[in-house]
Amino acid sequence: MTAVLPPGTDIRVTDSSLRDGSHAKQHRFTAEHVRSIVAALDDAGVPVIEVTHGDGLGGSSFNYGFSHTPEQELIATAVKTARRARIAFLMLPGLGVKDDIRAAADNGAAVCRIATHCTEADIADQHFGLAREIGLETVGFLMMAHSRPPEELARQARRMADAGCECVYVVDSAGALMLEEVSDRIAAIRDAVGGDGVQVGFHGHENLGLGVANSVLAVRAGALQIDGSTRRFGAGAGNTPVEAFAAVAERLGIRTGIDVLKIVDAAEDVVLPVMDEECRLGRLELMMGYAGVYSSFLKHADRQARRYGVSGAEILLRAGERELVGGQEDQLIDIAMELAAEGS
Amino acid sequence: MTHATTRRKARAAIVGPGNIGTDLLYKLLRSAYIEPRWMIGVDPDSEGLKRAAGLGLEVSHEGIDPLLAGPELPDLVFEATSAAVHRANAPRYAELGIQSVDLTPAKLGPAVVPAVNLDDGLEAPDVNLVTCGGQATIPMVHAVSRVVPVEYAEIVASVASPSAGPGTRANIDEFTRTTAWGIERIGGARRGKAIIILNPAEPPMLMRDTVFCAVPDDVDEAAVTASVRRMASAVAEYVPGYRLRGDPQFDPATDTSPARVAIFLEVAGAGDFLPEYAGNLDIMTAAATRVGEGIAARRTAADGPSPSSAPTSPASSTARA
Repeated sequence: MTAVLPPGTDIRVTDSSLRDGSHAKQHRFTAEHVRSIVAALDDAGVPVIEVTHGDGLGGSSFNYGFSHTPEQELIATAVKTARRARIAFLMLPGLGVKDDIRAAADNGAAVCRIATHCTEADIADQHFGLAREIGLETVGFLMMAHSRPPEELARQARRMADAGCECVYVVDSAGALMLEEVSDRIAAIRDAVGGDGVQVGFHGHENLGLGVANSVLAVRAGALQIDGSTRRFGAGAGNTPVEAFAAVAERLGIRTGIDVLKIVDAAEDVVLPVMDEECRLGRLELMMGYAGVYSSFLKHADRQARRYGVSGAEILLRAGERELVGGQEDQLIDIAMELAAEGS
Repeated sequence: MTHATTRRKARAAIVGPGNIGTDLLYKLLRSAYIEPRWMIGVDPDSEGLKRAAGLGLEVSHEGIDPLLAGPELPDLVFEATSAAVHRANAPRYAELGIQSVDLTPAKLGPAVVPAVNLDDGLEAPDVNLVTCGGQATIPMVHAVSRVVPVEYAEIVASVASPSAGPGTRANIDEFTRTTAWGIERIGGARRGKAIIILNPAEPPMLMRDTVFCAVPDDVDEAAVTASVRRMASAVAEYVPGYRLRGDPQFDPATDTSPARVAIFLEVAGAGDFLPEYAGNLDIMTAAATRVGEGIAARRTAADGPSPSSAPTSPASSTARA
């Protein structure tokens, strides 16, 4: 069942622009956006394309932002459009439920990616179990992986593997990991679960400008799956740019199966026009990597900063101090109210 | 309930001497309406049983059989075991006219959130308490929906990781589904959604809950705010650590979202036995106590006022169930 690498490749790349990019797009993807991006990525040889609300199945909400188009419709559109690529989706236990996984499978998605905070893997047992039972390929996300040492991540990876996870990802949700911090985590997980044929993956963000470099180190430490988003289309400063990673990988002799010229064109001609604005490494984005804050808090912090007349950077710093985890977007409002009260 | 001192207290058994059952015991020991008489477990080495024995309770590690065969039956049982155990036990309590307050997710009887629908549970053989997130947030959904129609309500419950036990973790979908159901059926929203987040921060965070309700564009903000404040006081009567973190926040409709009110809550535990941060567990034992007291007041009133020193016979106190 473990994901077989596409023939003639050394690693497998998953593009998350239609999932992580949902944060940057404030969850307003349409079926036409999905059709155009999936067609271009598929043609460039991207083997897996993730499509979901940014916060995973069931994410459409007051707390995270309502979807413009229902995500299951977008998944179905992606499945119909792709000729070769497998369509993946994300789900977070506590937010989405098993019925959401069933619906995505019914719509033709093939890869179920289940994410928990990196200390809470044991809330996902039932979801991995269901995904395997209905024949989905499984991936587990250990989010905010910068916040815990390698040996603790390895224990959590073990839990996911035992529950039916076929590839455990080190997920640098805050874009805070630097170089060897990535290698050490990948190696620890590989040592813990690799013997059982469970793969290791890396999902990076650009908040410290290290997405590509971190991903290369992840591969050198044994990661077989790498996430990116074409044109960086993701939360915070965006994800590892797939086109840059594909180019670097080719130069380093790591075979991804992605056609560099085609993916560069897709980034410029297809993905960029869908973006409201480029994902930049600006002040707030850098603060997230620096303070270790969940990348998708960016737009929410920005919105609450304007709503309450307080500093977005202060909101993010306090989110870091409070050790908020992914999903606690509501607490950014609480922090903004607190800052406003302190300022008055 | 002002005549309580002139009535006998209802006799209660706690089944399940774990952390929840022990915390509940401390709350019941303070009750003017309930006398916790028995603590029932299955493990002779149980710390909870030892502690209960030290506090003067009759304890048993042989399950409910000795209790139900005893010379004196409880008026009510608080079940703090597991859903499976409660499903097996509940019919046996009911057969003997013992009312049960269920702290497990078995969901057999009517669901009760004391500040909203306490009366629905007082005559039922079995009362279920929805979920911890439901106990914290459903009162607020109701506080809004009693003023304006609520088409959709959504709650986010953040709890400290160490306060989420293996049962919750193994079946987290159960939490979101049951809470969403309670938001609709008890809270009064047409559609409900629930989200739970576990946060491992050290020291552990207090339980936080946020309630978002869709409201009409022309909502009377002052009326909703007053209703929310009134409700917060009503819940705080039995959950002293329950508080609003500021005024309800109103936001107008946008092109992707209806107009809404957002209510921010914090629930600190009373620290009876469970740590203060575990407001999510405290609110369950506090709600169970409140429901139990309502049942006790009704049962003992039915027996007629009698001095607490003159116990009525078990038969008369269990006759009308």
